[in-house]
Amino acid sequence: MTAAAGRRTLQLADMARLSSVGLRSRKLRAGLSALGIAIGVAAIVAVLGLSASSQAGLLSEINQLGTNLLTVTNGQSLTGGTVELPTTAAAMIGRINGVQQVQTTGTVSTAHAYRNPYLNLAATNGLAVQAATLDLLPVVATTVAQGQYLNAVTAQEPVAVLGAVAAQRLGIDRIWPGERIWTGRQWLYVVGILKPAVLAPAIDSSVLVGYPAAQKYLGFDGHPSTIYLRTRTNKVNTVDTLLAATANPENPNAVNVSQPSSALVAQADAKSALDGLFLGLGAVALLVGAVGVANIMIISVLERRSEIGLRRALGATRRHIRTQFLSEAVLLGLLGGTAGVALGAASTTIYAQSKHWATVIPTEAWTGGLAASLIIGAAAGLIPALRAARLAPTQALWSL
Amino acid sequence: MSDTTTPTPGNHAAGGQSDSATSGALAPVLEVDGATKTYAGEPPVEALRGVSLTIGEGELVGIVGPSGSGKTTLLQLMGTLDRPTRGQVRVTGVDVAAMADDDLSYLRATRIGFIFQQFFLAEHDRVVENVADGLLYAGVPLKQRRQRAVEALNLVGLAERAEARPTQLSGGQRQRVAIARALVGQPAIVLADEPTGNLDQATGQSILALIDQLHQAGSTIVVITHDHTIAERMPRKVEILDGQIVADTGPAGPADQRLRRNVDAYPSGLRPLEGLPASEDRP
Ligand SMILES: Nc1ncnc2c1ncn2[C@@H]1O[C@H](COP(=O)(O)OP(=O)(O)OP(=O)(O)O)[C@@H](O)[C@H]1O
Ligand SMILES: [Mg+2]
Repeated sequence: MTAAAGRRTLQLADMARLSSVGLRSRKLRAGLSALGIAIGVAAIVAVLGLSASSQAGLLSEINQLGTNLLTVTNGQSLTGGTVELPTTAAAMIGRINGVQQVQTTGTVSTAHAYRNPYLNLAATNGLAVQAATLDLLPVVATTVAQGQYLNAVTAQEPVAVLGAVAAQRLGIDRIWPGERIWTGRQWLYVVGILKPAVLAPAIDSSVLVGYPAAQKYLGFDGHPSTIYLRTRTNKVNTVDTLLAATANPENPNAVNVSQPSSALVAQADAKSALDGLFLGLGAVALLVGAVGVANIMIISVLERRSEIGLRRALGATRRHIRTQFLSEAVLLGLLGGTAGVALGAASTTIYAQSKHWATVIPTEAWTGGLAASLIIGAAAGLIPALRAARLAPTQALWSL
Repeated sequence: MSDTTTPTPGNHAAGGQSDSATSGALAPVLEVDGATKTYAGEPPVEALRGVSLTIGEGELVGIVGPSGSGKTTLLQLMGTLDRPTRGQVRVTGVDVAAMADDDLSYLRATRIGFIFQQFFLAEHDRVVENVADGLLYAGVPLKQRRQRAVEALNLVGLAERAEARPTQLSGGQRQRVAIARALVGQPAIVLADEPTGNLDQATGQSILALIDQLHQAGSTIVVITHDHTIAERMPRKVEILDGQIVADTGPAGPADQRLRRNVDAYPSGLRPLEGLPASEDRP
């Protein structure tokens, strides 16, 4: 008899039908009880999806800007003073094997830019003025938004090109003939405004003038303070190691070398603090969902005593009953989980498309969501299922 | 049907037991031996006090008694849904006390069919699915369950309502569905607790006629009722009062032998009962 009894494992189709008895007979209730899990999973999938999508968007933007840009800036000496880069530094760097373009800017410490001379200059922070070489824009991956950039002629004249942020700060959004700004000792005529330079934020917030003009009109000493260079993509690392010594052979420690794209990548990788908050909220929703499912399952077991008793009379073992209710809870959980993944993926897609990012739903997000809902369903259904299985057949059938 | 590998629990009774059938002493199928059942509580209720009853192969027994006399308790013991506090219950010769819960479940799945006053049908499943569920826990594959469910529905005259929902049926029809579910596994024993309790007089009569027909086809049937006129119609009547048997007409004598002829046919397959002797023909 025991051998025969052991054979009676239900087929999958029967299990599916049995575990959906409660869902089919009370659809609204089942839907509502799965809602908590759905919301929790949706929140988690959406947060992870959005953060992955925005990261993908940022990375593709960085790739478009190029990862082969290196910058060399002047550093501090041990005593704290600025150690100027030699005026020959750019030329020396240009000779390193693998370097394709070299451009420089030099901070004009003797001048700051203001909208007009009538401001209280002492109380107003002027914008940095930088001398800039003529082919700077392609190297820092930006272009002119309005007007023109400096050329061999205008580099000799008191004219300026504004970085995107600088233009905004000065309140200049269009180039008018005769538009000019004050540097404290000299008027500069504005001939152009740049688009944002994501890889070189220092340029964004600067007012650019030609090297000769800076020396002639603003008392600039001629030392570059930042050197921008593009290398062949396979030479980035080799060039990187040589830069400090080449730029300032006498004092290589007082030179900072950086790769702006890697800083941006690190930034893209950094998780926003808000992500943690939303993930926490999602987890709370999951917990509430678990309680909801457990609650519904306990009620369901109470309501379906006669069904349980009948099944026992028809020959169901305790294990059959336990499995039926446990799988019903798991099914409820999975139902919520699936709805949640769909909802989370849909909202991620909509938001990512509005931002022109590629939609990325990390595999861990949706598999994790489904796994969590499955585990939650099982955990929530365990006690009700054990209760159902413990019910004596007579108690279940004749206690109505 | 008889050539399938699925358990056909009724069939051991047919050929093998024909000797005892012809000799008049029916093979015992249900044996209750000095059974006591005490329900714990304050004060404890002695629902059964030393009941002994042997029901033979192919008998139709009516158990009658007033409310609270212990009829349902006795049926639960015979159906292995509960165990006696003291005494012994044997089903087809096997002592229930010696069996594990899983084995008792298997016994119920294959040898015992229940019919209840409240029918207990799944409203969201079709009639045929409800009937097929009678075989669910016996390990019968889905296709065969369906096929046999249709045959069982044919037997109770409801084949054309196979795809209906129980809610679309009358009370009498629902009880027929429940009877089909009890019969679909061709159990050796059918236990009915007040099967007509929720039905009007005429519908109740038709259900009793159906039970009568099943009996004539060879099933061992126990019907519980508090209605003496119903019990009076049964070949054997057992009266129970206050947890004790106070009267038992005993196994029906030679008058029942005529019916034994049909026993051989029954386990090999369910079939419509139209061709069988009508209940009115019986003495
Ligand atoms: N689970 C239980 N716990 C405690 N007492 C019970 C239980 N089941 C039945 N009883 C008691 O046992 C006695 C017999 O009950 P039983 O249900 O067998 O009577 P019955 O003859 O079927 O009555 P009825 O005709 O009303 O169905 C009654 O006094 C009843 O109160
Ligand atoms: Mg009763």
